[in-house]
Amino acid sequence: MIWKFLRGAALAALPAAAIAAAPVDAFAAGTLRIGMTASDIPLTTGQTDQGGEGMRFMGYTLYDALVNWDLGSAEKPSVLTPGLAVEWGVDEADKTKWTFKLREGVTFHDGSAFNAEAVVWNLDKLLKEDSEQYDPRQAAQGKSRIPAVSSYKAVDDLTLEIVTREPDATLPYQLAWIMMSSPANWETQGKDWEKVASSPSGTGPWKLDSFVPRERAELVPNPDYWDGTRVPKLDRLVLLPLPEPNARSAALMSGQVDWIEAPAPDLVPALEGNGFQIVSNTLPHNWTWHLSRLEGSPWNDLNVRKAANLAIDRESMKQLLGGLMVPAKGFLPPSSQWFGKPEFDVRYDPEEAKRLLTEAGHGPDNRLKVKALISPSGSGQMLPLPMNEFIQQNLAEVGIDVEFEVVEWNTMINIWRAGAESENALGTQSINFSYFIQDPFTGLIRHLSCDLIAPNGTNWGHYCDPEMDALFKEIRNTFDPEAQDEVMRRTHEKYVNEALFLMVTHDVAPRALSPKVKGFVQAQNWFQDFAPITIEE
Amino acid sequence: MLTYFIQRLVYVVPVALGVSVFCFLLVHIAPGDPLTAVMPIDATAEQQAAMRAAYGFDKPLPVQFLVWLGNALAGDLGNSIATGRPVAGEVMRAVGNTLILAFAASLIGFSLGILFGFIAGYFKDTPIDRAVTALSITGVSVPNYWLGIVLVVIFSVMLGWLPSTGAGPGGSSAWRWDVEHLRFIVLPAVTLSVVPMGIVARTVRALVGDVLSQDFVTALAAKGMGRAGILRHVMRNVAPTTLSVVGLQLGYLLGGSILIETVFNWPGTGFLLSNAIFQRDLPLLQGTILVLALFFVFVNLLVDLVQPLVDPRIKRT
Repeated sequence: MIWKFLRGAALAALPAAAIAAAPVDAFAAGTLRIGMTASDIPLTTGQTDQGGEGMRFMGYTLYDALVNWDLGSAEKPSVLTPGLAVEWGVDEADKTKWTFKLREGVTFHDGSAFNAEAVVWNLDKLLKEDSEQYDPRQAAQGKSRIPAVSSYKAVDDLTLEIVTREPDATLPYQLAWIMMSSPANWETQGKDWEKVASSPSGTGPWKLDSFVPRERAELVPNPDYWDGTRVPKLDRLVLLPLPEPNARSAALMSGQVDWIEAPAPDLVPALEGNGFQIVSNTLPHNWTWHLSRLEGSPWNDLNVRKAANLAIDRESMKQLLGGLMVPAKGFLPPSSQWFGKPEFDVRYDPEEAKRLLTEAGHGPDNRLKVKALISPSGSGQMLPLPMNEFIQQNLAEVGIDVEFEVVEWNTMINIWRAGAESENALGTQSINFSYFIQDPFTGLIRHLSCDLIAPNGTNWGHYCDPEMDALFKEIRNTFDPEAQDEVMRRTHEKYVNEALFLMVTHDVAPRALSPKVKGFVQAQNWFQDFAPITIEE
Repeated sequence: MLTYFIQRLVYVVPVALGVSVFCFLLVHIAPGDPLTAVMPIDATAEQQAAMRAAYGFDKPLPVQFLVWLGNALAGDLGNSIATGRPVAGEVMRAVGNTLILAFAASLIGFSLGILFGFIAGYFKDTPIDRAVTALSITGVSVPNYWLGIVLVVIFSVMLGWLPSTGAGPGGSSAWRWDVEHLRFIVLPAVTLSVVPMGIVARTVRALVGDVLSQDFVTALAAKGMGRAGILRHVMRNVAPTTLSVVGLQLGYLLGGSILIETVFNWPGTGFLLSNAIFQRDLPLLQGTILVLALFFVFVNLLVDLVQPLVDPRIKRT
């Protein structure tokens, strides 16, 4: 009986063997398949969701902004470059009035013309709630990106005027977030954004070919793209949401995708051993402890802040992360155009740290106790638990005892919005929050502005210094980009010299690529250009 | 008999209502703000309040529940906060994918489980029995997400025979029952079938052993009935309890597995649930839990209704 059964089982197994023997996916040459960390396809209608990753894969691919980021260089920090606007400037007499000259001859994917009316229509889509095309979902993503914009109008077909609430030289950076979708296409789709989502139309180098929610999106090149140097060389770009890091790595190693975002650090050696390329570059991101400056906080003492910054052994932490970090030398990455020349050298010097703590009145008999808020995971948080435990050990060695309050990531976001004074902050004196720091506002202004003290804004620690506020005002009022960079540098020097944060590290946005992928240049930016990439079979 | 059917059908109503209250409360007592997922991280308090009002989260909980229940009864489970798409459509698409996976896994799990159970029960206390029992205990005890990862490492990464993620080369909307697509279902289905296979095998083994030791079997043998005839009687006696166990396990398979669907990126209900949980997408979470719970209730009802057909004793009571 058993033998009969075994024979039957062997016969039953035959179809399974036939299935296993079939070859693993054969795709056309020139198809790049990317495993994203997002759990869904980012919003396709224009203003994307899913954070920086959404803009990277569904914003700067299908669309353009008036002002784009230059993503062509890996060596130097990325800067702004003309996008759908060829030039712009502020009125000499009235510093709130900006004029944008638009690019001539640009068409949307549906063939309709891009002009100043289309820009006004797009701004209304985000800001004017009674306009027909107002889209709450895109507004939720885009409105907070352009706080400076007060009004706008089309002067002629190719000239646009934007008026800001007050003089604000950071307007071009704000506009680099705003994607232009086609008004004609929205009309064709029955004025229904849900329908536009399946057949969107932008001006970007890629067009959406097909899209299955939560599973895949396929993009094809736009051969008529206005910038001939950025017409994609690939035949097709396939985007797959693969939120689970192990599933992502397995998909790469089994040849189902050619590229994954953010491989888990502990899998990097295995991937490299199997011939995959690990690419990374400095990213405008930082991983800090944002310090509370409320009355009674131990971080109000400059010596304590400096001591903590000198106590962290960042090189050893780098080893902990498999080399995938840039040790902090300031609040901005060392390669930033706004780094400047701060006098305080952020380094590992435990002896100096102990000396500064003694000066601040602490010692072996009077150890300093601090309470810190951390999360076990979260977007951009890298590996928060081992990293914070590492810091706890470093600080203990110089005489600072850290007690952690660990809260779940979404709860932490809410505490961050509520500020250090909120009772939800559980009496902590710092919050371990990683920051997107790509432009003057997100990079410096929003963290320490007096008028942005939480819950009105994102100044979590209630810091307020008139001298710093004057610098922020100067940034907003310096319209010459080079002069503005100079003010940014002075501001950053103050950030570092006064050790306003516990400055730990910067992420390097690692991605793992199949050896077949050629020609990718990883810009020092959250967004990337997929146009020059080819696949070598 | 008719009373029995009506009784079973009526029981479903309070159970379904209880389930809906429970899943509504469950997602609301969990910490976290559903709007975190959809708003840029530094959206102002004013923008957040506007959004909260737009989704009705500013109303008291009982009001929110009644509005939700009213809409749910009309077949409208609301729109997902994170994607803006109707929840009903999202859930039904995911249910379709989970059904495909559950069908494949039950085909493997139940047939092998019953077969192994029968063999072990028939050869009770022999090395064959011990081998089958060891296999089924392993099946029940091994964490299946771990098994899934191991299978992926062996069959996808090392041997390159089978794909490790997704539901077909063109996504689940292009699903077909052909070799190219079936290759995608092999690993998740095998992984998912291991637990039900173990449970069914153990149950059937115990039942077969028990029935074989009963007097009527001895009597049948004494009357000269052949082995095949006796086995037929054993099967009929074993069937009702096996059916109950299979029904429960089917409910478990239809619920989709968060872990397995996440490991294999299978776009079913488990995958949808895990996304909804991480994004605090309350309408999606509520809708998915409700549909799954109702599925479970429905499968149990079905089992209850089929029971009298295979076990005349229930009909007599």
